[in-house]
Amino acid sequence: MTSQVSSRAEQTDAALVGEQRTSGNGGEGKEVRRLDRVIIRFAGDSGDGMQLTGDRFTSETASFGNDLSTLPNFPAEIRAPAGTLPGVSSFQLHFADHDILTPGDAPNVLVAMNPAALKANLADVPRGAEIIVNTDEFTKRPMAKVGYATSPLEDGSLAAYNVHPVPLTTLTVEALKDFGLSRKEAERSKNMFALGLLSWMYHRPTEGTEKFLRTKFAKKPDIAEANVAAFRAGWNFGETTEDFAVSYEVAPATQAFPTGTYRNISGNLALSYGLVAASQQADLPLYLGSYPITPASDILHELSKHKNFGVRTFQAEDEIAGIGAALGAAFGGALAVTTTSGPGVALKSETIGLAVSLELPLLIVDIQRGGPSTGLPTKTEQADLLQAMYGRNGEAPVPIVAPKTPADCFDAALDAARIALTYRTPVFLLSDGYLANGSEPWRIPDVVELPDLRVQFASGPNHQLADGTEVFWPYKRDEQTLARPWAVPGTPGLEHRIGGIEKQDGTGNISYDPANHDFMVRTRQAKVDGIEVPDIEVDDPATDGLGANTLVIGWGSTYGPITAAVRRVRGAGERIAQAHLRHLNPFPRNLGEVLARYDKVIVPEMNLGQLATLLRARYLVDARSHTQVSGMPFKAEQLAEVFKEAIND
Amino acid sequence: MTETISERSSQIEALSLVPKADAKQSMKDFKSDQEVRWCPGCGDYAVLAAVQGFMPELGLAKENIVFVSGIGCSSRFPYYMNTYGMHSIHGRAPAIATGLASSRRDLSVWVVTGDGDALSIGGNHLIHALRRNVNLKILLFNNRIYGLTKGQYSPTSEVGKITKSTPMGSLDAPFNPVSLALGAEASFVARTVDSDRKHLTSVLRQAAAHPGTALVEIYQNCNIFNDGAFEALKDKEQAQEAVIRLEHGQPIRFGALAPDGFGSKGVVRDPATGDLKVIDVREEGTGGVLVHDAHNPSPTTAFALSRLADADTLHHTPIGVLRDVDRPVYDTLMSEQLDSAIEQKGKGDLAALLAGNDTWTVVG
Repeated sequence: MTSQVSSRAEQTDAALVGEQRTSGNGGEGKEVRRLDRVIIRFAGDSGDGMQLTGDRFTSETASFGNDLSTLPNFPAEIRAPAGTLPGVSSFQLHFADHDILTPGDAPNVLVAMNPAALKANLADVPRGAEIIVNTDEFTKRPMAKVGYATSPLEDGSLAAYNVHPVPLTTLTVEALKDFGLSRKEAERSKNMFALGLLSWMYHRPTEGTEKFLRTKFAKKPDIAEANVAAFRAGWNFGETTEDFAVSYEVAPATQAFPTGTYRNISGNLALSYGLVAASQQADLPLYLGSYPITPASDILHELSKHKNFGVRTFQAEDEIAGIGAALGAAFGGALAVTTTSGPGVALKSETIGLAVSLELPLLIVDIQRGGPSTGLPTKTEQADLLQAMYGRNGEAPVPIVAPKTPADCFDAALDAARIALTYRTPVFLLSDGYLANGSEPWRIPDVVELPDLRVQFASGPNHQLADGTEVFWPYKRDEQTLARPWAVPGTPGLEHRIGGIEKQDGTGNISYDPANHDFMVRTRQAKVDGIEVPDIEVDDPATDGLGANTLVIGWGSTYGPITAAVRRVRGAGERIAQAHLRHLNPFPRNLGEVLARYDKVIVPEMNLGQLATLLRARYLVDARSHTQVSGMPFKAEQLAEVFKEAIND
Repeated sequence: MTETISERSSQIEALSLVPKADAKQSMKDFKSDQEVRWCPGCGDYAVLAAVQGFMPELGLAKENIVFVSGIGCSSRFPYYMNTYGMHSIHGRAPAIATGLASSRRDLSVWVVTGDGDALSIGGNHLIHALRRNVNLKILLFNNRIYGLTKGQYSPTSEVGKITKSTPMGSLDAPFNPVSLALGAEASFVARTVDSDRKHLTSVLRQAAAHPGTALVEIYQNCNIFNDGAFEALKDKEQAQEAVIRLEHGQPIRFGALAPDGFGSKGVVRDPATGDLKVIDVREEGTGGVLVHDAHNPSPTTAFALSRLADADTLHHTPIGVLRDVDRPVYDTLMSEQLDSAIEQKGKGDLAALLAGNDTWTVVG
């Protein structure tokens, strides 16, 4: 109970604030300790409601004003066999009084709802951390199911931890005895009891959760009140029982945030809002053609709620029809989107090639997950980069945009839409499972700050023939962007036919002419190569003119762990430069020059070195690839070690 | 008839939202400047001419007409129509057209496909388009062979067909596209023949007027790789016995004329099995002969009619509109949901959406 923070290494981005006081809203005479940050992991059976519990604690924490970052982690099975290790579902939340970047490497507090949850998560919990266990589940059968011959609560194997044994189920049932619920129904509220207890421990505001429960169970007021009662019982238990002698405060992260109004947001939600915003800013109706696939389905669900924005969502018969319908809508003048994950991209490849050939705007949102094949549907990976880059027949260049944090998915969606609309091209938006389900505070943008994405449809002839006749040429390009005109059906005089067969430059008529094909292939490539993307910024704070000799460069969701690791390395007095790519095709114009500036370039990726391969090929740089494909994000501490080794190599 | 459908088109649900042409149109308005590149003698020419000749009847602004196709000989069709068009990828035209039609109800969207495109590689999209009842008119050119890839058997080829890929005869049983469409909950299913322009045009007319997905199977001759595949239906003498011409409200009679002016063969229900069978009315009388009801809500009889044809000889092949029933149209329903969402929640307010209802403020 002496320390919530386990090791010095955990502490390098800020020091523990040792201030102690008593009372506050803690119990009579109970000690209140101030912490700068905490990592909590809720773990239980798939059916125990751990994701909901985590979400609620996150909302409470967000509204309190901490900076936060979350990592939901759950099996692909909806209800894996109860009480088993594969059925364990967890939710990790890192919150702080300062700016943080990751969900944290190791939990300071583990809430284990059953023996399986304890066993599956214990290896991640550092010694000295607190473990709250539901003792009611530590009976013979559940323990035997996961291979505990003796109770870990009694055999001394948890001696290195601060264990709080709490009969969560019994206490919940007892608290709800007047509600006329069956024992089974009452037991279901035990996650709210646990949430109440943790809310007390960390002084979280509770109004939001009570309101949430009453809205969620509006049609079953008995269940709503039972859950509220369990939640309050958990809070009161913390306040009264002697086992919990200390409660903790983590002050709002007022310094970490610029002025503004904030909310908590997950990657998939931010991405969905980005798409709606892009549609509004482009003044084009949004059309989503999609087929359900983990972890992208939430975007389909979210956009389906916003029909009052003119959003059409089409759940297709398969991945191919999803993108096909989107492409059809793009031909008709919609802002067209298809959402999927890696296996779906494989199926969509031919249609993406058609979109390249038709030169119509289309967003392909790939929420990457572990592969190959079905792989790890609920886990994260970045292994679709080369699929997005090259995964089509023929020379079929597609721009690629990658968000770096959950909230950044909003801006990345707008950016992808800008490129698609300006250059009349399909665009990949490469998010991943970690960004999709993770969340963080987001400064809500003022709508007037959003970019203007309006486009000009073709409205009349754009070419004069030798005899003076005015005609419309569907493949006559804008000289600057090389984009072709977007002439939508319904426009008189611009009737034209397009297709996947090679087209004659200008007229768009079928052409098998060798020189024309060569020209068209090079022109499509030149169009993508010429897309305007901002220069990459390098964070290299050394100002003594010497600078760092090592650059770490990443892309996508590794931004958080890489940046946290860079801070640790710098905290230890080392020099290291950092850059992060949002645009992977085309690369920023200054990238080659940036890479050339450093002796050593490290490329951490959640794949086997796909960006490193591209950088080596393009810039002839001896990039050092550091990879992890465990389905989990990098841990900052481990990355920091890798960076230190490279610096001193 | 020309003026009738044009005048009616504003009342026809399928066409009511499509803008009308300012002036009277002719067939040449629908011919593009592209040279037609099908093999000389191909049945596709006849269908193209029939469609180009029929389009002026609709009186629609031609910029609001779109032809979408997949891959195959017939899928070159859009290039020859002076409308908007897309020659897409193999099998996917129904999916692409679904996106277009469901986002643009002011368009008249036509899909041109073949037996390989629609029933093999694109089979999934076809059945789902039919089940959804999107406002699409699908013209399925069935020549019972792969033409563009030079003569392999197709999913409608008869069993035992000798082709380059089946030198010892094909093994797989064919689809009957009409039966398949009926089984896929199609609201409009018709069959016609490339060489019978009058019949083809009358079927197109009914398809155009149908709200929802209309599937028109067009028997089309490939004179290079499968010449004469439908000869039994075209040869005057044979056709009389082979073709059952269906007309809504008319007794299902065919064959050499009987004294009453209708065919001497009739289609009746077999009381023993409930199935349909062909009788000679001169011997068995006309009492049991079915009257064709294309609007019957149940597809059962239409399905039984589609099964009368002998797959090998094509005898007893029904042509005409087998089924034409009203069913809610996907794109109309989709649009209505958008309207009702606006009614219920008001027009979307982006700032309110982004803010949500759980925020906090940081002051400097």
